[in-house]
Amino acid sequence: MAEPVLDIRGVTKRFGALTASDAVSLDLLPGEIHALIGPNGAGKSTLIKQIAGEIEPDAGSILFDGHDIGALGPEERVRAGLARSFQVSSVIPAMTALQNVQLAVMGHSRRVFGLILSVSRDRALVDPALEHLERVGLGDRAHIPAADLSHGERRQLEIAMALAMRPKAFLLDEPMAGMGPEGSARLTGFLDGLRAEAPILLVEHDMDAVFALADRVSVLVYGLIIATGSVDDIRGNRDVQIAYLGEDA
Amino acid sequence: MREWQVNFALVAIMAGFVGYAVLADEPFLITLATRIVIFAIAATGLNLALGYGGLVSFGHAAFFGLGGYACGILASHAQDYVPIFETPFLIEGTNQMLTIWPVAIGVSAIAALAIGALSLRTTGVYFIMITLAFAQMIFYFAISWPAYGGEDGLSIYVRNEFPGMDPFAPMGLFQVSTGVLILVLLLVWRITNARLGLALRAARQNAQRVSAVGIRPFGVRLTVFTISAAITGWAGALFVDLNKFVSPSMLSWEVSGEIMIIVILGGVGRLFGPLAGAMLFILLEHYLGGVFEFWKILLGLALLTVVLFARGGVIGLLVREPRNG
Repeated sequence: MAEPVLDIRGVTKRFGALTASDAVSLDLLPGEIHALIGPNGAGKSTLIKQIAGEIEPDAGSILFDGHDIGALGPEERVRAGLARSFQVSSVIPAMTALQNVQLAVMGHSRRVFGLILSVSRDRALVDPALEHLERVGLGDRAHIPAADLSHGERRQLEIAMALAMRPKAFLLDEPMAGMGPEGSARLTGFLDGLRAEAPILLVEHDMDAVFALADRVSVLVYGLIIATGSVDDIRGNRDVQIAYLGEDA
Repeated sequence: MREWQVNFALVAIMAGFVGYAVLADEPFLITLATRIVIFAIAATGLNLALGYGGLVSFGHAAFFGLGGYACGILASHAQDYVPIFETPFLIEGTNQMLTIWPVAIGVSAIAALAIGALSLRTTGVYFIMITLAFAQMIFYFAISWPAYGGEDGLSIYVRNEFPGMDPFAPMGLFQVSTGVLILVLLLVWRITNARLGLALRAARQNAQRVSAVGIRPFGVRLTVFTISAAITGWAGALFVDLNKFVSPSMLSWEVSGEIMIIVILGGVGRLFGPLAGAMLFILLEHYLGGVFEFWKILLGLALLTVVLFARGGVIGLLVREPRNG
């Protein structure tokens, strides 16, 4: 078996009496899409925040690319190759789509202190940024301020920003949230091709997308992973049916 | 109007004002214009942090005053022929602006690095209060330190020298200050349009997003805060040369407030906003202050009007297009 890119071992996080992550173990293998599903309040976002370094776990370790990243801050984890998108669209509203992606390209280049070139003339930023926008289908919206983009377009923009990081793994927190069926279908097709570039840990509520994309699915309920397996395993799993549909299912 | 047209108009008004002062042989008006230019430099420094970075520093008087004291102390030692240090090595005073400026800029930058490193860990109201607290600390230190005049301040008797400048004619310092303002505007224009500016403006709007592309907002902000303070410190050195006097009042919170009012009146985050604000502020202060003792009530009304009805200040009112990011 190939070495996992991301290996989460026994991560635990408590908020008072609430255990948001209960000894969660999860791994992400090269080339796969691993979907993390679970009812609202299951602790999916808390887990993502711990992986991204926004919240420190109480116990457990997170290995990325063979190294323990527990001591790294959020920015250092991004620089190590862990790109994320947010559950609620997070873009720079007054900047154009192009400038947003330029920012991501700049983050990846790690060169923030140039003074000579204007960003708008900096080919090292403009060219890759346009390329990434083109890839997610926003090529003709490059000069629209992010605030004026539609909700779906903003989600696409976030994907373009993640692409610009040229990551070793994607951490996508509900990328389909709030998208229409057509947009979801398009994004599903896009993510399908993306797994060849870097594996994706996908938190998603859209079950059509999850079942279409995931190589493996893990189900998180009240902070506990109750099942991990292929799409078919999970569909047939009695515990999962109870968690989602109640005892009577 | 387009923003460049407004900027051009501002420069033309300044040129006209100074031209009139020369023709009418009114040296005091040239001094007044120099005051405008110097406050425009100080506010340009603050505008970089406040306007583009969203860092509402209520302590920029600290840097204005430190730059001022750097100038005053060096000049007074040169005039009295007393070295500043003899051990471990000799450091003498100087009356050369070209030596004074790097010291003023350096002292302000080092202070900003320390103050910024602590205060940039907070945001919002806390940041405002911590920058104010640091500035007040320096203010009280200056008051209680007798070596350089303490509360009474420190006079320098002859304006410092700049190659080719007549230290006795008001026009000389006006030209030198204008040169500095041009340099500083060029610097801020470059910074805000280049990579650092992109990161800075992005961090103002959504710091979480900046982190998520692997850039630490703190590092960007600290760099910019330091540059911002260095610019304001440079203005402080010029201000002392203008008045031939430095005192703790340069470090007082009123000065922090005035610099901030200038930025807000002129237009937050607009390159020429500080110049517009300084023109408005200094001219109001001079002409209204001359006839109406409580002119600051009117200043307050002007400020309220800007904050409530013209959020972009003078420039935002005249320019219909939104500022770039």
